[in-house]
Amino acid sequence: MNDSPLTTLFGYFALLSLFAVGGANAAIPEMHRIAVDVMHWMTDRQFADMFAIAQVSPGPNIIIVTLIGYHVAGIAGAAVATGAMCGPTCLLAFLVARTWDRFKDAHWRISIQAGLVPVSLGLIGASAFVLARAADNNVYAGAITAVTAVVAFATRLNPLWIFLAGGLLGLSGWL
Amino acid sequence: MSELSAPPASATQQPSLSELLRAFVIVSVSGFGGALPWARRMIVEQKRWMTAEEFNEAFALSQFLPGPNLVNFSVVFGLRFGGARGAAVALAGLMGPPLVIITVLAALYARYGDLEALGRILAGIAAAAAGLLIAVVAKMAEPMFVTRWNSGPVIAIAAFVGVAIMHWPLPWVFVGLAPVSIAFAWFKR
Repeated sequence: MNDSPLTTLFGYFALLSLFAVGGANAAIPEMHRIAVDVMHWMTDRQFADMFAIAQVSPGPNIIIVTLIGYHVAGIAGAAVATGAMCGPTCLLAFLVARTWDRFKDAHWRISIQAGLVPVSLGLIGASAFVLARAADNNVYAGAITAVTAVVAFATRLNPLWIFLAGGLLGLSGWL
Repeated sequence: MSELSAPPASATQQPSLSELLRAFVIVSVSGFGGALPWARRMIVEQKRWMTAEEFNEAFALSQFLPGPNLVNFSVVFGLRFGGARGAAVALAGLMGPPLVIITVLAALYARYGDLEALGRILAGIAAAAAGLLIAVVAKMAEPMFVTRWNSGPVIAIAAFVGVAIMHWPLPWVFVGLAPVSIAFAWFKR
């Protein structure tokens, strides 16, 4: 029962679904740890590729789990990984939404929400670190990362233009 | 919430199930690099299904819950306007088209991922995507460092070190840090 990759995919992503405070971006380092370091499903480079594909395709960024699932076990893997990542949290949303209004102003709820902000900030910071390490294999890639960070912080430029520029620079053979 | 039971200036329109499906399909395929602004534009500005305040509250709940925020939001929103069926319809609208597209891309990648040109393009995009995430972190961190001293930066740095440097499993880091951080928030006032 424990040998099937589908069972493994389901177990990891269902658990991750419940600890990913801050959404898809907060879950990236744990996905990387599992897919690259623990299970050896893919290389660092392949993980970075999949993140890139998930970024440029439409829809929620969490869609990267579909790519990982597909890589591990084809269509079935894609379905299982996506269902595991969305299922538990959707169920939780379904249950909590009905009582949420009652606790809107409760001190414990405000405390939990405020307390989780720094945790998810640290996790998203870790995502940026893990991805930069996987993607920046030379000084030019590092420069793209640095310039993008500054541009995205200082302007409201649509990220698609940044991805287009990054892709063209990559294609030109500098990286 | 108040003793005056006059209904607040609430959104007037009630979406049908098919409208709900259409709206979330459109949001899902428009949302490059995060679909939240699109969801907001559609629901608050175009369809007027929610006021800005109602939207913020529903979204706060989606962020409060673990897992992908927009996925949670589709469930919360669909549930409010169409019960369990509404939740299922909104979720299907949000995830359906992207799942089809990404599955095609996954198959293409499995076949052509070794092509050198594609590898180079993706390397460039990945480098840019990492930079984009750094900018997100910087924007999130800004308010935390301008207010008076609080536990926020310490917790954030501890979470970063635990996950990025020590490579500890996320559930351990979460269980270790979240209660401490919540306790600080509880006693702060």
